[in-house]
Amino acid sequence: MATHSKAERHHPNYMAIFWWLLGLTIGEVIAVLLPLPRSMVVVLLVGFALSKATLVAMYFMHLRFERVPLGVIAVTPLILCVFLVLMLLPDLSTETQPSNVPTQKVIIQQK
Amino acid sequence: MSDVASHSVAYAAESPLTPESWGKLGMWVFLAGDAMMFGALLAGYGALRYGSLTWPVPAHVLGISLTAFMTFLLICSSVTMVKALEAIRMGKPERMRNFLLLTMLGGAIFLGLQAYEWNHLIHTGLGFSGNPWGGALFGTTFFIITGFHGMHVTGGVIYLGIVMLRGVGGHYSAARYQPVEVAGLYWHFVDLVWIMVFTFIYLL
Repeated sequence: MATHSKAERHHPNYMAIFWWLLGLTIGEVIAVLLPLPRSMVVVLLVGFALSKATLVAMYFMHLRFERVPLGVIAVTPLILCVFLVLMLLPDLSTETQPSNVPTQKVIIQQK
Repeated sequence: MSDVASHSVAYAAESPLTPESWGKLGMWVFLAGDAMMFGALLAGYGALRYGSLTWPVPAHVLGISLTAFMTFLLICSSVTMVKALEAIRMGKPERMRNFLLLTMLGGAIFLGLQAYEWNHLIHTGLGFSGNPWGGALFGTTFFIITGFHGMHVTGGVIYLGIVMLRGVGGHYSAARYQPVEVAGLYWHFVDLVWIMVFTFIYLL
């Protein structure tokens, strides 16, 4: 006989999650419209988005009531994306500075 | 002998990783791969935007009131999806059908609004390879990412339609609700991805 999952025993208050998601979405729009410093807007928006994504995954997708292996599968792409961004950072930092300047200096010195 | 046979049959559809169905495990693995695809697209978008000095402010060009409403629609459709699952778990296929219809309606309206938004933006000059506001790849990244998500919504509406028809045909019950749960996972994932797209493409 198959074992029943915890999700069958737990019934989250879906309407409460809905109101949280709606409130966070309104918070995002307000954060964009308010004359706040850019860095603060970025932190607020990323924080709101991650909170909303966590609520959807934990309660609508029932990850909160699942076993650890499914959680590991769900978190893996997040870790890989963070790794991908970290690997892109060197390219981003060289993008804003002209990469040919040191080469020109070397050529001038050789002459 | 028959006891051994029935034992093996009972466990044939179960994953050794979790007590859930293979379908649920398979959907999670698929979604993890799909999430990586969206993650790569958003990371690429970030890299291109950071490297461009003329990238326009998306909120000024794209507008956020319509997309905020589209976000609201997808959140509502996620609620109707969990209500559909709850209904079939309680053995109420008619109620499940109604909630699935509402979920599909939410997805269909979302797609209609996205088509309207694309049409409006194309008429204001946003092209795949250029636009009047600067950042030549702004349009490219916008159309690829929102289009890729829109394809997922389209697939989700079709998928839910099939699940609904099978539900009407009596395939699901309080004891056999797993396919509805698996379809729900996909739909919630589409909602989750839109939350990220809305923030990173429209708001930031």
